[in-house]
Amino acid sequence: MGEIENAVEVEPRAAASDDEDDRLVIFAWSGDLDRVWPTLILATTGAAMGMRTTVFFTFWGLFPLVRNDVRITGENWMQKMMSVLNRGGTEHLKLSKMNFGGAGSAMMKELAREQKVASPSELLEMARDMGVRLIPCQMTMDLLGLGREDLVEGLEEPAGATTALLEAKGATTLFI
Amino acid sequence: MTITVMKLDLKGLSCPLPIVKTAKAMRDLRPGELVEVLATDPGSVPDFTAWARSTGNELVERTEEGGVYRFVLRKKG
Repeated sequence: MGEIENAVEVEPRAAASDDEDDRLVIFAWSGDLDRVWPTLILATTGAAMGMRTTVFFTFWGLFPLVRNDVRITGENWMQKMMSVLNRGGTEHLKLSKMNFGGAGSAMMKELAREQKVASPSELLEMARDMGVRLIPCQMTMDLLGLGREDLVEGLEEPAGATTALLEAKGATTLFI
Repeated sequence: MTITVMKLDLKGLSCPLPIVKTAKAMRDLRPGELVEVLATDPGSVPDFTAWARSTGNELVERTEEGGVYRFVLRKKG
């Protein structure tokens, strides 16, 4: 019997924050405007507070990371149909309630503009600027037929549940 | 080392922009340098106080005049 030679030592990543224990990990599961918004508000604020902040985008939560100018995604007809019915991108998010065929979402965005509340697009940009680590879920990408070219720039390498849970260990975690 | 004052006019902006923009701008400061922030978001009063406490940056002054909140912060040294 041979020895196991392929045991891999995984080096912990260098911490962005001085304090390795001060970490925020958000599981962004929803693609609804009224959930993506607070997700990005909390992520940018976490980074502003010096927390090492990571957002793991999974399932419906992955759609907001699709580039706004990409219309149809997917390899097969089912994946394509999914993207037609549920357009990705931060400019195309819908409210989980009172959407009224888009009228409710448009009204909410107008109110936000009046109140100078940053839009999800601005907040995503700011999150990248502030060093928030944005990780797309590899499994969801495969499931939906999304490639890296369909997603916005500045993301971390796609990863799986293990990476997400290891990152979440001992951190403040939110599932939104 | 000279102490410079950076001025940030964040009037009209809502949560979380005053804090996020301040945190980002303060990256360019050296320890001990001061920044003066103007904001109109009433939530910025508890937020800046808590943010200063948690990040170790010192809230040197906090005043209000005509609905404009003025915060002076010293970068953690």
